[in-house]
Amino acid sequence: EVSSLGLPPLWTESSGSPEVNVMTVLNCMYDLIHLHHKGLRTLENMEVEQLKSISNVDYLKLTSTQLKEQLELSKRENTGLLERERQLHLKVKSLQNCLKNEKDEVQKLQNIIASRASQYNHEMKRKEREFDKLKERLNQLLVDKKEKKPAIDVLNNIGRADGKRSLWKTQKTEAKHEEEMYKTLLSDYDSRQREMLLENAELKKLLQQMEKEMLSILSSKKSTELVMSDLFDSSKESVELYCVHSREKLTNRIRLQWRRIKSHVERLDSQGSPDAMGANKTDDAASQETHVEEMNRLKLEIQQCKDFIQTQQQLLQQQLRPPCDEEATSLLSDCYMLQEKECFREEEKSLEEQRKFLERERGNFTEAAIRLSHEVID
Amino acid sequence: MNFSEVFKQSNQLCKVSPDGKYLATCVQYRLVVRDVSTLQILQLYTCLDQISHMDWSSDSLFILCAMYKRGLVQVWSMEQPDWHCKIDEGSIGLVSSRWSPDGRHILNTTEFHLRVTVWSLCTKAVSYIKYPKVCQKGADFSRDGCYMALAERRDCKDYVSVFVCDDWHLLRHFETETQDLSGLEWSPNGCVLAVWDSCLEYKVLLYSLDGRLLSAYSAYDWSLGVKSVTWSPSSQFLAIGSYDEKVRILNHITWKKITQFEHVASINSTKAVVYKEVEKRTAVGSDDLSLHNITIGTTLFNTQSKYEICPPPVQIPVVKPDPDRANPKIGVSTLAFSSDSRYLATKNDNMASVVWVWDMQKMSLVAVLQQTSAVRCFQWDPRRPRLALCTGNTKLYLWSPAGCVSVQVPAEGGLQVQSLSWHCSGDSLILLGKEQLCLCYMDQEDK
Repeated sequence: EVSSLGLPPLWTESSGSPEVNVMTVLNCMYDLIHLHHKGLRTLENMEVEQLKSISNVDYLKLTSTQLKEQLELSKRENTGLLERERQLHLKVKSLQNCLKNEKDEVQKLQNIIASRASQYNHEMKRKEREFDKLKERLNQLLVDKKEKKPAIDVLNNIGRADGKRSLWKTQKTEAKHEEEMYKTLLSDYDSRQREMLLENAELKKLLQQMEKEMLSILSSKKSTELVMSDLFDSSKESVELYCVHSREKLTNRIRLQWRRIKSHVERLDSQGSPDAMGANKTDDAASQETHVEEMNRLKLEIQQCKDFIQTQQQLLQQQLRPPCDEEATSLLSDCYMLQEKECFREEEKSLEEQRKFLERERGNFTEAAIRLSHEVID
Repeated sequence: MNFSEVFKQSNQLCKVSPDGKYLATCVQYRLVVRDVSTLQILQLYTCLDQISHMDWSSDSLFILCAMYKRGLVQVWSMEQPDWHCKIDEGSIGLVSSRWSPDGRHILNTTEFHLRVTVWSLCTKAVSYIKYPKVCQKGADFSRDGCYMALAERRDCKDYVSVFVCDDWHLLRHFETETQDLSGLEWSPNGCVLAVWDSCLEYKVLLYSLDGRLLSAYSAYDWSLGVKSVTWSPSSQFLAIGSYDEKVRILNHITWKKITQFEHVASINSTKAVVYKEVEKRTAVGSDDLSLHNITIGTTLFNTQSKYEICPPPVQIPVVKPDPDRANPKIGVSTLAFSSDSRYLATKNDNMASVVWVWDMQKMSLVAVLQQTSAVRCFQWDPRRPRLALCTGNTKLYLWSPAGCVSVQVPAEGGLQVQSLSWHCSGDSLILLGKEQLCLCYMDQEDK
């Protein structure tokens, strides 16, 4: 062991005496104590070192948390600044838009000003030209000695268009004119009012009709009591519909019915899907039944229409294609041809006969003429 | 359709008598009266100078011929061709001349609009009206001929005077709230007078017959305003066309806008039918080039242009007006209601070759007619919803709810149709060229 520690060995087997050399043991002990002291010292040093490093570590931890906090802070500041920058960008964009709009407005106003200016200039020039003409004419008139007065030269006075004599202008005629003017205005207002009354009456009738129809639609679904009371009201108030109050009542009732119908239709729409809501089963069933019935009816109708179309098509085909014996038709046409041929042949024959007859006649006449000439010579 | 032969006329002066029997035309200084159906010359009158304006009296018995340069008006009688009447305005000059509704008075406006002189043909009496206003439409007679509204301007303010046409009694005289009155028009029922301001201010004022202000309407400020105004024949609607390319319709009960029609450059509506005129040049073979063949070759049914229906969306050609000039060519300048108030035809000046037809019952666009050149004139048939229009070429175009047709006017030498007007029965059309006129007789069955 001692040699393993690096010290001179205490006892070797090769030395003479079996007793342990005290000096070497003492030296050994001294060395050991030295070593121990050294060890202690290094331990102390190391402890000190460890303490130091612990405190270092603590210090570093502290600084790292501090730095992390600082980092967080600066990150937040950064995002804040980014946000501000974004907002400022937006603001800049909107301001640029505003600027563009303002520029456009300015341009538009400038255009308007320009067109107005050119219009004013044009008018001014026109007025100036007219003014110059007036001045010239005035000068001319001042110089001109003979002034031609306006005059009328009529062969004879003609009567008024309506044959009446013209009246003197008196206060009575003036009053009459006023009266006629107001009469015209009043009659116009009258006719307009009549038209509007008629229109109003028609619209009211229409509203009442609509109300009745709406009630009838609703009454098939809802309880009848509510319905009956409404109907009663409407029949009673038909006469009083000219006052505002009852008009408002009518319009309110119609609005109410319309809302009811709207909600009903919306419900029907949602019920249209196969999975019905558990709430009002009976209603659903009823509506579904009617729905199914309708479908069947429509399917039947479609089938009937299809059959009808089929039959129509068949009949049409039959019409277009004449009964398939085409031979019959050709025969028929042949018959007609033959008949015509016969006619022509007969005509030809008669014409031949006539021709022969005419030839004979001609022959006779020439013979007669020859005989006559002979006789004359003789 | 039958076309008559071509006759001469000057100054686009060609009018049918109110009873529809006669047609009066002016050729230089002659007045020619023909029968409308046979076109035979019935009367021939000679005036002292070239006729500037000609008009029939309301009872179709008299015709006035005004010669503005000489300051003369001559009146001729149909019943007594020997009867003559001459009104000489003397040194005061003449700028316009018109009949009064009773056909017995003539209103002459002197030069510089100094005054309006009312000459009576029954009594030779004269009345004067001072300070008439110089504007687009300063005087209007109500349809029943009872009242005349005249715009006046005194001390830089606008006034309206209402006269009773019977004896020219001043019924009402009131100031209007306009900056610079530009026009006035009676409603067809004679109870409301619409007064509008110049284009520098959008303002339309409605006055009752007795001078009360019923309502004022202004759609916007500053931009150029009203360009044209027209009443519907039933007096129910007032259509206002403005420089912002829109037409606003006011109703006669509240005088508020009920709708506005916009003339957009790109039409997307599927309910409106867009008719586009397409010209096809007929190929002429080399052996056909003789002049004889070319002039005779066109018959009524051999049209060289037809209408095609364009599916939406359709682009309308827009011409931007010169921004520096006054009275720019932009905005709705022409409005016309059909006689049953069912349709409104409009023309927007920066889309000058397009006529828009709006349905007043549905308040929407019903047809768009796109022509190959600028539309010069369009007018509704006085009896049925049928619109005739012309663009200055040799064709006549007709639109009705059933469809649209383009007809070549068969005239030797080509009649460039500058304007047209319907006969009061709706059976025939008078087509006026620069110096020629031609009548077009419609088929009796409904087109």
